[in-house]
Amino acid sequence: MIIENFTPVASTIGGLLIGTSATLMLLFNGKIAGISGISKGLLSNTGHERHWRALFVLGLILGGALMIYLLPAQSAKAIQAPPLQMAIGGLLVGFGSAMGNGCTSGHGVCGLGRRSVRSFTSVITFMSAGFITMFIMTHLLQIARF
Amino acid sequence: MKENSVSLILGILFGVGLGIAGMMDPVKVQGFLDAAGRWDPSLALVMGGALLVTFVTYPLIIKRTGPILGGKFGLPTKSEIDKPLVIGALLFGTGWAISGLCPGPALANTLTLNTGVLVYLVMMFVGFWAHKALFKA
Repeated sequence: MIIENFTPVASTIGGLLIGTSATLMLLFNGKIAGISGISKGLLSNTGHERHWRALFVLGLILGGALMIYLLPAQSAKAIQAPPLQMAIGGLLVGFGSAMGNGCTSGHGVCGLGRRSVRSFTSVITFMSAGFITMFIMTHLLQIARF
Repeated sequence: MKENSVSLILGILFGVGLGIAGMMDPVKVQGFLDAAGRWDPSLALVMGGALLVTFVTYPLIIKRTGPILGGKFGLPTKSEIDKPLVIGALLFGTGWAISGLCPGPALANTLTLNTGVLVYLVMMFVGFWAHKALFKA
């Protein structure tokens, strides 16, 4: 095993900020900061339920924009990914997170925080699927990483 | 509406956190998932750092009678491990590795206007919609 590009300090600080956002979201608004659930809910909710979701997503886009400006190399700005690959990825992520009621944030950051067995099952399952898919892609199919 | 302002500010904080953490970079995500190759363990610390906070704060907050700005806690009520949970997570993890993006970092990357990111976002919403259409959920 070769370790490369390891950024322990920045990644821990970023993680602490994400955990803080999720904490304050529950403390003030009583909401789980699960990004797939929040954005999926934009499709079906109206009124207040739609407003807070739209504003959280807008904040995510603006916070992201600030980071794209400050650290462009740490964003997807220069990624040259085949559109078909990104289309398949996006479709699986959207459908899968809708079916499994959550993603990395809802099950990972929030669900594990409240010691949910469903979230623990989800995290173990999607991590395993991620590692296996990556192994098949890079080592069996020889598809280059980004 | 205070709740709406809080949502906007916490969305920004979440996005900044993702950026500092390196999660907005699909190269880093794929590097983390490629544990058998050139491995970048950073993402484990992103989740570790976030959990360090929520693992302590969530149980304390849930003990309250309600959120500070009123209303009730909107917590999931399901507890059984069912097929949709597992199949959904399998599909999600597969798509995550293929694209190097999960929903939060993908949305945070919107204003890169990168073609791959925009295609991903459109298809993610198509995926939400398709699940709703198929399962009437």
